[in-house]
Amino acid sequence: MADTNFKILVVDDERAIRRFLVVALAGQHVVFEAANGEEALRIVTLERPDLVILDMGLPDMDGVEVTRRLREWTDIPIIIISVREREEDKIAALDAGADDYLTKPFGIGELMARIRVAIRRSVPSADDPIFQTGELSLDLARRLVTVRGKQVGLTPIEYDILRILAQHAGKVLTHHHLLNMIWGASYENQTHLLRVNISNLRAKIEDDASRPKYILTELGVGYRLKSF
Amino acid sequence: MSLKIDGARPDPDKLLARVQAEEAQEMRGKLKIFLGYAAGVGKTYAMLEAAHQRKNDGVDIVIGYIETHKRAETEALVTGLEIIPRRQVEYRNVQIPEMDIDAILVRKPRLVLVDELAHTNAPGSRHPKRYQDVGELLDSGIDVYTTLNIQHLESLNDIVAQITGALVRETIPDSVIDNVTDIVVIDLPPEELLTRLKEGKVYIPEQAQRAIEKFFRKGNLTALREMMMRRAAERVDNQMRAYMRNESIPGPWAAGERLLVCISPGTISERLVRTARRLADELNAKWYAVYVETPDQIKLSQEKRDRVANMLQLAEVLGARSVSIPASSVSEVVLDYAHRHNVTKIIVGKPLRPHWQELLRGSVVDELIHSNGGIDIYIVTHEAEPVKPQVPEGWRPHQPWPRYIWASLLAAAATGVSALIFPFISPTNLVIVYLLAVVLSAFYLGRGPAVLTSILSVVAFDFFFIAPQFTMAVSDTEYLLTFAGLLAVGLIISHLTALVREQADAAQSHEAQTVALYELGKDLTVTAKLNDIAKTVITQIGQTFGRDVAIFLPDESGLLKVYAASPGLTIVDTELAVADWSYQRGQAAGRGTDTLPEASMRYQPLRTSRGVVGVLGVRPADAGHYLTHDQRRTLDAFANQVAMAIERARLAEQARQAEILEITDKLQSALLNSISHDLRTPLVSITGALSSLRDESFHLDDASRRSLLDTAHEEADRLNRLVGNLLDMTRLEAGAVRVHKEICDVQDLVGSALEQMNGRIGKHPINIDISQNLPNVSFDFILISRVLVNVIDNALKYSDAEAPVEIHAQAANGFLEIAVADRGSGIPKEDLTKIFDKFYRVQRPDNVIGTGLGLAISKGIIEAHNGFVAAENRPDGGTIITLALPIR
Repeated sequence: MADTNFKILVVDDERAIRRFLVVALAGQHVVFEAANGEEALRIVTLERPDLVILDMGLPDMDGVEVTRRLREWTDIPIIIISVREREEDKIAALDAGADDYLTKPFGIGELMARIRVAIRRSVPSADDPIFQTGELSLDLARRLVTVRGKQVGLTPIEYDILRILAQHAGKVLTHHHLLNMIWGASYENQTHLLRVNISNLRAKIEDDASRPKYILTELGVGYRLKSF
Repeated sequence: MSLKIDGARPDPDKLLARVQAEEAQEMRGKLKIFLGYAAGVGKTYAMLEAAHQRKNDGVDIVIGYIETHKRAETEALVTGLEIIPRRQVEYRNVQIPEMDIDAILVRKPRLVLVDELAHTNAPGSRHPKRYQDVGELLDSGIDVYTTLNIQHLESLNDIVAQITGALVRETIPDSVIDNVTDIVVIDLPPEELLTRLKEGKVYIPEQAQRAIEKFFRKGNLTALREMMMRRAAERVDNQMRAYMRNESIPGPWAAGERLLVCISPGTISERLVRTARRLADELNAKWYAVYVETPDQIKLSQEKRDRVANMLQLAEVLGARSVSIPASSVSEVVLDYAHRHNVTKIIVGKPLRPHWQELLRGSVVDELIHSNGGIDIYIVTHEAEPVKPQVPEGWRPHQPWPRYIWASLLAAAATGVSALIFPFISPTNLVIVYLLAVVLSAFYLGRGPAVLTSILSVVAFDFFFIAPQFTMAVSDTEYLLTFAGLLAVGLIISHLTALVREQADAAQSHEAQTVALYELGKDLTVTAKLNDIAKTVITQIGQTFGRDVAIFLPDESGLLKVYAASPGLTIVDTELAVADWSYQRGQAAGRGTDTLPEASMRYQPLRTSRGVVGVLGVRPADAGHYLTHDQRRTLDAFANQVAMAIERARLAEQARQAEILEITDKLQSALLNSISHDLRTPLVSITGALSSLRDESFHLDDASRRSLLDTAHEEADRLNRLVGNLLDMTRLEAGAVRVHKEICDVQDLVGSALEQMNGRIGKHPINIDISQNLPNVSFDFILISRVLVNVIDNALKYSDAEAPVEIHAQAANGFLEIAVADRGSGIPKEDLTKIFDKFYRVQRPDNVIGTGLGLAISKGIIEAHNGFVAAENRPDGGTIITLALPIR
């Protein structure tokens, strides 16, 4: 499926930002606008867009609230945009069901990449047991990981982390989500467990663990496997 | 009256008398006076209001006499109350309405309102004065409410005359006030009264217009008001004392003071009597007025006799016991009477005769002073208030007798010595020995004893050594000259020596004062801080005067507060009030002064040319101790010094604050300028680039386009970072930074920091060296990664294009140390610590961009983690910046 001609809803109370987004996207996609939460919910119901770009600082409703309300009845991909310092908001929104986030100010390239990833995920892909990105390859059926052709031995937990990251390649996964998925709900706050494992994982699959190419740290939020 | 005999239990007879009086009192009506200080304050109105109140309570009230002066509000209150019609008294063909006593007595109400207690009834009325009418009403058991102005009181008459310039003729004796049941003070601030006057709400009879205007001046009103307050307060005080006496509560009042005033035919007597009355009030003392009729006074003119009689009567009216005693010597009789009646203070008037007359004829005052025997003598002059006579130092009146004995002994000793050498030298020369005795006597014993010695010397000389010996006769008349000479010389020497001695003593005491003052001054000049000044003052004054000291200074809002005090000295609110009075008025108050003398401390205002800066409070260790006149002067001088020192300290402080303010101001403007510049600069490029791209008339080729766009993009980035830095800095300053510490991975930290820098790293090789087995350190990942970004940024900024940057991480001395090293030009030694200051930029020839906040923010964040930052130069060029985070 082409990465174009999606129906995208842009929600932001700032006119200038809406204009920028509309201009940036209208070339390739159909764009709808909303200036507040209520309007956004209405348009999603009416127009059934493929993606929502949602600003956190809306006048009438919290971005997290909008996400929650949407997630009650739809799986529509949601990308949230917020200011640099509001990490807690980002985590809350992601945990409430948003798919990814962008920090203001952002470039159009970044935006496009995120949109691509978000929509791609929502389109069910053919069951492809082999996941490939850059020089990293992951055989989900046989639980094999190879980097530059060489096989890498991972512990079960390290493998699980990599698998989940791969399944959501290009999207950010919060610490909570990862911990929940791998260790269970009661481990949601044990971020150091995650860090240690990520560190070990990087040591094994990255060229230079100090400057990772694949497993990227999303500051304060979680991790993301880069999809090339 | 004092019920106490010896200060313990009340006298039973007197107690009985009081009980009987009280019973009589029960029968008598109760008198309530509404007291004011001028017409128009609202006494009648208040009285009527109170009456309505009582009426609502069901009390039978009538109006005996009300003067509404046609004022609407007052008239309104009159309605509803029964009025007893006035009686018309005919006088000189005019009908004058007066109160109808009989009608009231017949009506027999429970309470009657009678306005203007001091009113004089028209001739032909039952009593000449209304207060006597009221007295009758009270006697028949009717309660009375009445109004009165303070200036109608007899005892205050002369003072009121002095204040207002007008003599009040309608006066009532103070005894009326003393027996009253209740006084309600109707107070109105003078300003409001004057406003009322202007609004025409105050009654003024036309003929009195001018006089009234003179009367209604603010100064007058204030003085009268104060007088009224005092009088009312005195009464409360009296009531309290009476209560305490009745309950046999031992009180703080002076034990049995008694006054005696000497009445003479002179005009000063009236002043004396009134003064005595006021003094008696203050001391709560019984007082007597005594007139001594000497033989030569029988020949006095009628006018003077009348005056004397009037004065005696006045004294009675004012509450004294008047006595007229025929005798030959005034002072003798007065003192005798005083001693018999345990008088403690005598009040006399200063005579007006010329000095030489007094020397020849003697004056009563002098005699009294000479032989007062323990009684204080107060002398009233025509202008001033009672002044205690200065007893000359040389007298040493205490214990005079032993000195005279010594004087006699000296004479005896001289005789003895002379007897020894008599056989060897001529008698005339023995005079020398006696003179020596006189000198010694004068020097050590004083004038009086020295005179005694002189006389005894002459007598002894004559008796023992002049032929015929052992008689007082003189065979050789030449010796008479010797006697005269010896006596004269003796007297002169006595006088002179005593004088010299006095002067020496005075000089010594002055020197002591000067030294004390010098010491204080010396100490004060050295101290500049208010705190130190206070300490110095307390110590010095404490030592010099042997007293506790407290210093009062106004706080920021101008209220006087205790700034410092001797240890163990607590200031209660009442004392603070006295200090405040002193501060407001700029006059001494408290113990030993005329104002509020019951205070436990003496308060001296600290004055400078700019006004009163504070108050100095001094308290003696021993409650009975008072400062001598000299000490008081010294204290004044001290107070001056202290005042100046305090002012100096204050001014210095103000100057310092002003200086700080100026510096801060300058800094702020410099800061704002700098930030403004740094924020605008990137915008220049962005706007410039965008406008160029927009402008269709510009024909740009793709490369130029690209270049402009790149620039705009970079600058936008830079602006973003700058704004972020400013926000961070603001947050740090406001203390709004919350540090979420968790155990973090250092490698992750470095990686994510570098990730954030992406484009800016360019071609610089980054060497990372993280030691293995780093212990677990907990820190705020986001904040520290920002710090790392700032530091790396700094390294890149000051390095050449492709110079390498090294990042080391290791554990050392309980800290996790992350060091960022560059190969730049290094930092001048003196700036190594300054680079972490806000807005600091090392001066460099080439323009280096950035606001200088990055490192300051880093320092702030690291320190919020209880870590530290440091910068050092590398031996072979470049700088190392180290961030240290505590491991535990």
